[in-house]
Amino acid sequence: MRVLMFGWEFPPFSKGGLGTACHGLVKGLSHNGVNILLVLPSYNGESQISNLNIISADKLHNIEIRRIKSLLTPYITSGEYLARYHAGNHKNAGIYGRNLFEEVDRFSAAAEEVAKSENFDVIHAHDWLTYEAGIAAKKISNKPLIVHVHATEFDRSGDNPNPHVYWVEKHGMEQADAIIAVSDYTKRKIVHHYGIAPGKITVVHNSVEHKPAISYVPSKLRETDKIVLFLGRITLQKGPDYFLYAANMVAKRFPNVKFLLAGTGDMEPFIIEKAVEMGLMDRVLFTGFLTGPDIDKAYRMADLYVMPSVSEPFGITALEAMANGTPVLISRQSGVSEVIRNCLKADFWDVHDIAGKMISVLEHPALKETMQEEGGREVSKFSWNDSSRKCEEVYAKVMSKAW
Amino acid sequence: MVSICFYFQVHQPFRLKKYSVFDVGHNHNYFDEHRNEKEMKKIAGKCYLPANSVMLDLLKKHPEFKIAYCISGTAIEQMRQYAPEALESFRKLAKTGRVEFLNETYYHTLSSIYSQDEFKRQVEKHKQMVEDEFGQTPRVFRNTELIFNNEIANTVMNMGYDAMLAEGVDRILQWRSPNFLYSAVSAPKIKLLLKNYKLSDDIAFRFSERSWVDWPLTAPKFANWLSAANGNGHVVNLFMDYETFGEHQWESTGIFDFLRSLPQELLKHPHNDFVTPSEAAARYPAASELDIHHLISWADIERDLSAWLGNKMQKAAIEQIYAMEKDILESGDEKLIDDWRKLQTSDHFYYMCTKWFADGDVHKYFNPYESPYEGFIWYMNVLNDIKIRLKEAKKKVVA
Repeated sequence: MRVLMFGWEFPPFSKGGLGTACHGLVKGLSHNGVNILLVLPSYNGESQISNLNIISADKLHNIEIRRIKSLLTPYITSGEYLARYHAGNHKNAGIYGRNLFEEVDRFSAAAEEVAKSENFDVIHAHDWLTYEAGIAAKKISNKPLIVHVHATEFDRSGDNPNPHVYWVEKHGMEQADAIIAVSDYTKRKIVHHYGIAPGKITVVHNSVEHKPAISYVPSKLRETDKIVLFLGRITLQKGPDYFLYAANMVAKRFPNVKFLLAGTGDMEPFIIEKAVEMGLMDRVLFTGFLTGPDIDKAYRMADLYVMPSVSEPFGITALEAMANGTPVLISRQSGVSEVIRNCLKADFWDVHDIAGKMISVLEHPALKETMQEEGGREVSKFSWNDSSRKCEEVYAKVMSKAW
Repeated sequence: MVSICFYFQVHQPFRLKKYSVFDVGHNHNYFDEHRNEKEMKKIAGKCYLPANSVMLDLLKKHPEFKIAYCISGTAIEQMRQYAPEALESFRKLAKTGRVEFLNETYYHTLSSIYSQDEFKRQVEKHKQMVEDEFGQTPRVFRNTELIFNNEIANTVMNMGYDAMLAEGVDRILQWRSPNFLYSAVSAPKIKLLLKNYKLSDDIAFRFSERSWVDWPLTAPKFANWLSAANGNGHVVNLFMDYETFGEHQWESTGIFDFLRSLPQELLKHPHNDFVTPSEAAARYPAASELDIHHLISWADIERDLSAWLGNKMQKAAIEQIYAMEKDILESGDEKLIDDWRKLQTSDHFYYMCTKWFADGDVHKYFNPYESPYEGFIWYMNVLNDIKIRLKEAKKKVVA
């Protein structure tokens, strides 16, 4: 069995959950003995070498990687694409698409070329930017296509979708032989917003990689302060504003708590301005974009990780925090809330509830410790091998139909 | 001859509402009245009323039939408030003269472990309630969740009871049968009635379990199993939550039909009869003495206290509530004392149980909150408010 997979660069060369999920699934499939031809949009030549290192470090012998030069990155918006395109001055002209959608088309044309010259049994495309590539590969090869929905435009835009992105997503879901959704929450969105029959969608929850414990010297900050962490893109979807409103309520009661925002995004200026307005500039700290071991350090220095997402298709960071022994408070509007029990949950809009729960964790060591122990035990049962096995079941299903 | 001793536990806690940090100091109403009313009306409709009506018919039909109940004070209060007809139907049962009411802590608490003085006060309050409601002075004691050890047995003996109930835990009984009476080494003067958990759980837990080899359980089948104790036991103690009838086992499982035909099937065996716990204690000798150092209970597969005191949250919460005892009582504030005692009800700690993965479904079923962590959070917020009230009450006392 060989899978033609349109995926994304692995962390640290790819931001956010999409790269993490691709890495986990590829590793799991490889472990389970599946051969993969992994096609990646790739801009940075340097990342190719490093990625090869990652793959050999992972001992992934049955993986082949083919890179297509492209400016696409996970979660990229039209505006961000244009900024990227023009940042390369004129050298990008004539190579890359002039806007995001042209680039998606260009990538899919290149994908078609790969598909022509390779043998494979099934096509697996991760998230909307690669759906067109998947469709092109399906047309040329007549092999079944699976689209893997890690997020929908409704999650990213706060129910204010870009119609073009919506169309690409819908087209991909319709053309696919089967759909994998990262949660029941996402499955419901696909059914509700895209008019897809529920029977076509299989839910495969994400997982988390269990790494050996990092050597961690407790932060100086911890000597004087407790720390509440936000980690993710600072965008509307992730609810950093709700985090800040809750932080403001907590800060008034506790003089010795700091609020750490780790990540970057288009809402950063707004959040900084708002923090100044609230008089919280000495209480709210921004780390910028974190990679690799710094992410684990951020989890470890925190007394509580808060994921107040407005709409979170899954939310791997919650599992990562738990794996690092950090209690988590997550939005009920998330996929991960379907699969973990040893956590606190709140509706993202209920900042009183969020703030109240933050205070409880800061105030009661018994709560924090019980969540650490039970959460750690719970998350240790997650495995990408299990998630991958469920993907293989979907492969088997579409292949039996195709024949 | 084998005597059958039925005892049913009736209890409802005052569940807390989602009491936020921001309520502390502003709002002294801790209990979820809406939810408590709903639960009481539901359980009265599904269990107390229909089951009591079956019991009353059975008592009329079979002059030999006898049963016992223990009803917590918090359940009685909520019946008075939300389902007076259920309370009335228990009074009717009492009037038959063949229904015994047992004594427990009024608030269904773990005070026997944390404070002997408070334990005695709560038992006394419950005794008073039984006398007022049912016109009997209880002679037999049952502790919350059948929690038991030598020390508790000794305390109960010194309070003057004839007998008390406990779980027939295998690791305690070893080769011995639960179908005899025993006594504790620490309390030679009172008899111990041990629950036959095998036969009790056949009804309480396995009745509707289709994957059980003995499903479906019929009254003749059960009567045969039980009668096998003839010749090697004196009394078979069938102890269970009353909610077994209609709530844990829904009416559609046939549980009420089973109950309706059980006494006649049991009486078909000529050597069987029925006893109340007091009668059993008067009639049969203690077969031997048991030496029970560790706390046992009737809960879960472990039959220990891990459902209430298994994690750090539970321990922190219970230690805090009992640490307030002296100050609370000295405040003389009746409302504050009553709230403090309602917060001791064991269910609050049960809701904080994280022991979900092995035998957790029972816990999930009974947890009114989204998670044990929320159970802890609302509880601790309430305790913080209690502390504020306590400070204010102290100021008043001083003034």
